[in-house]
Amino acid sequence: MKEEKVIGAIKFGILSPDLIRKMSATAIVTSEVYDENGLPVEGGVMDPRLGVIEPGQRCATCGNTLARCPGHFGHLELARPVIHIGFVKHIYDLLRATCRKCGHLKIPKDEIDKYLNLYERLKDKWPQLARSLSEFVKRKAIKNMECPHCHAKQYKIRLEKPTTFIEEGPLGRLWPNKIFNWLDQIPSDHLRLLGYDPNFSHPKWMVIRVLPVPPICVRPSILLETGIRSEDDLTHKLVDIVRTNEKLRESIASGAPEVIVEDLWELLQYHITTYIDNEVPGVPPARRRSGMPLRTLAQRLKGKEGRFRGNLSGKRVDFSARTVISPDPYISINEVGVPIEIAKTVTVPVRVTPWNIDEIRKYVLNGPNKYPGANYVIDPTGRRIDLRFIRDLKAVAESLKPGYVVERHLIDGDIVLFNRQPSLHRMSIMGHIVRVLPGRTFRLHLAVCPPYNADFDGDEMNLHVPQNIEARAEAKTLLLVQEHILSPRYGGPIIGGIQDYISGAYLLSSKVTLLTQDQVSDLLASINYDGEIPEPAVLSPKRVWTGKQIISLLLPENFNFSKEAKISSGVLKCTDEECFWDSYLVVKKGKLLLGVLDKAAIGAQQPESMLHFLVREYGNTFGKEFMDRAFKLFLRFIEMRGFTMALTDIMIPEQAYEEIKEVVEEAKKEIEELIKMYREGKLESMPGRTLEETLEIKILDVLSKARDKAGERAVKYLDPFNNVFIMAKTGARGSALNITQMTAMLGQQSVRGQRISRGYRGRTLPHFKRGDIGPEARGFVASSFVKGLSPIEMFFHAAGGREGLVDTAVRTSQSGYMQRRLINSLIDLVVEYDGTVRSAYGELVQFKYGEDGVDPKNTSFGKAVNVERIIEKHVGWKK
Amino acid sequence: MSGKKKIRITDHELVPKHEVVPKEEVIKILKELGVTPQQLPLLRASDPVAREIGAKPGDVVRIIRKSPTAGKIVIYRFVIAG
Repeated sequence: MKEEKVIGAIKFGILSPDLIRKMSATAIVTSEVYDENGLPVEGGVMDPRLGVIEPGQRCATCGNTLARCPGHFGHLELARPVIHIGFVKHIYDLLRATCRKCGHLKIPKDEIDKYLNLYERLKDKWPQLARSLSEFVKRKAIKNMECPHCHAKQYKIRLEKPTTFIEEGPLGRLWPNKIFNWLDQIPSDHLRLLGYDPNFSHPKWMVIRVLPVPPICVRPSILLETGIRSEDDLTHKLVDIVRTNEKLRESIASGAPEVIVEDLWELLQYHITTYIDNEVPGVPPARRRSGMPLRTLAQRLKGKEGRFRGNLSGKRVDFSARTVISPDPYISINEVGVPIEIAKTVTVPVRVTPWNIDEIRKYVLNGPNKYPGANYVIDPTGRRIDLRFIRDLKAVAESLKPGYVVERHLIDGDIVLFNRQPSLHRMSIMGHIVRVLPGRTFRLHLAVCPPYNADFDGDEMNLHVPQNIEARAEAKTLLLVQEHILSPRYGGPIIGGIQDYISGAYLLSSKVTLLTQDQVSDLLASINYDGEIPEPAVLSPKRVWTGKQIISLLLPENFNFSKEAKISSGVLKCTDEECFWDSYLVVKKGKLLLGVLDKAAIGAQQPESMLHFLVREYGNTFGKEFMDRAFKLFLRFIEMRGFTMALTDIMIPEQAYEEIKEVVEEAKKEIEELIKMYREGKLESMPGRTLEETLEIKILDVLSKARDKAGERAVKYLDPFNNVFIMAKTGARGSALNITQMTAMLGQQSVRGQRISRGYRGRTLPHFKRGDIGPEARGFVASSFVKGLSPIEMFFHAAGGREGLVDTAVRTSQSGYMQRRLINSLIDLVVEYDGTVRSAYGELVQFKYGEDGVDPKNTSFGKAVNVERIIEKHVGWKK
Repeated sequence: MSGKKKIRITDHELVPKHEVVPKEEVIKILKELGVTPQQLPLLRASDPVAREIGAKPGDVVRIIRKSPTAGKIVIYRFVIAG
């Protein structure tokens, strides 16, 4: 057993030259990398002592092979020190806050003692306050232009970005070696007061005198197919640094003129700056020969694809799959259809036991290519046998014993996690039961589209296979789709009927639907119904059943429910059981007595609906079962009956167009009147509005009324029970407005809630007179989609449509960032067993979750108890 | 406005009821909630209401306020300097 150690704390500091030398395996002394044989040169940046690169070799430093050698740092002694680009701001502040002669903080001694005392007391309990104290002291010291300790006169220090410091006094340019001496002088106490820990991060170490050279394994070279070695960006940069350093040292040793030495020194500074951060403002980024900027140390850490966000907060995972999704109404809402190809690639590890050994032998015998097979066998010692390279599968199958683990293909009944991005709420990842199907797409039930916000216009989704029993159990009990039918957002079902399910339910439950025995058999066979069939509602002249009778077969026997249907509006309005129009839903003792099923009864995202109470009162499993069966039934019926939308459904006779024209003319006249009044100054402004605003509002009002009126006129000529109307009225798809726009007219187009008014000087398009503020000149479209738009109308429609597109593009990015920040701040909050909400540190956030301790998932509209529903449930009536 | 008359903000309908909790009760409450005083939500001693009811750093203040979900809710805050 290896010794386990626990990390107690982490302390960050700056590497000191001593530490760098101590942890170094070798000094880098030459800019040569490989000799003529292609072997790495000792003392070069690819020195073998920095770690093994080729498999099979033993490390010259630690003696381990490739897999076990962690890599070793080297170090480079710089001929002249340089500034570390990351600490420029600190150095600048320190130079200004301390004396140029004695290095003391430019604050009187007694004050320093006072502040130091305060600082020590604040440090542990209120680190935030201690930090602002340091800041205050620093600002105060910078202001002082005479040292209170040695009375030396101070000069202004200028920072010429990025790394040049200049004193506007006798010292002139402050070269890094001068800066080093200056920082070295600062007393420890003064540093502590400024927030530096002189033992672990002394500011003098911010001037680099020894450069650590990272191990080769963090900058591996790639061997191209052509046999040419391609080095990592960091290695390139290191070679530049070593070469410049060499030249600098030679020039100094040969007594070259100071100008040349300084030039080389600047060059070394440039190389080390870009080696650390290649995106410093004011420094031209170091580039590869191809012109691509190098990816140096800071670039490896920064940003979305950097080490933190790209490799630590988020990782690429095994046992996952992604492909296009397509619909399958014949599987359960709990299931997901998985292509065979994927089922053969992602695997489930199963432990061999005496009870499953025969079954698993079969998988192993089938091997990795024949479904259902297995890809790997792992023996109790942990050795992995790759079945792709086993010729005698039979022998492997024979050798299986309890205790072995086999990674078998995905089979029907396995549980997997299924996800669609963006994962905005918890229903974006749900557990599904696998159904292995032919084809190349994931199949999912249409009722689970709303929680994922999925459609089938090319959407792709991800699938993950849990790899241990705990994960599988958790997925099954917590993540399974049926556990998410009720949304915690509003307590209603987020999974439910959409589109054709609603149309089908309406048509089947409609009064006029009468079914012969053949039809009833067909319908019930489609859901494998094996119970009793009731007496037909009509016995003579022919035995026929109503659709309501069939639907009742799926309802629990003691279920009572009543509610207005979605179609209950206008002339079809009904508010109680006395309903001629069949628009009031009544279920008593599990029999659908009155009313039609539409969006208000079985729709997704409809709280307090029949579906909601079925799921709530009879459980998630029943809810799943009900949806699987009822929805299949509705689809079968809509298939039998046939359901399409045709152009004739929205076409109106010539006469209707005349009427619409009249409406438009009337509106135009009214607007003319308004404009006239406005021009003559007779228009009275509305409270809080200017005259112009008043006019606009009045015009918009007239035009929207005109559109509604035109819609009414047009709809008169349409069959109110054609398929388009059925869809709009039941809530399956489309709205009354959509129908109006298709048949009668589009109406006013708007940008930012206003009539379109920009474009040319004083007019929207050159087709109008300047100053024309009539309907046509400001984006009023009098044509319908059926009739077609004139070019000018089309332009306005496009202008209005574009606003919608821009809006969604802007909104998603803004709300996405808002959500990211919100989640980051709330992520560790937990509802404890005592009902309190606490942070990770045990701080109280809420004394009771939501102040009432109620889970909104189990409420109706946030109320924990719905008395009316309880009465109705048991007595069968309400009010 | 005369400027003479002092306004008591606690009289305003939007200011919930604040009161300083007696020391003996504080221990009981903290034990019940299983928290240290520092883990409670904080209240600055300079908070206008805290000043008005005379809460000093180290006190625990009980606030009884209306809640849209629960009707009425009692919470506690720990008074700190500042």
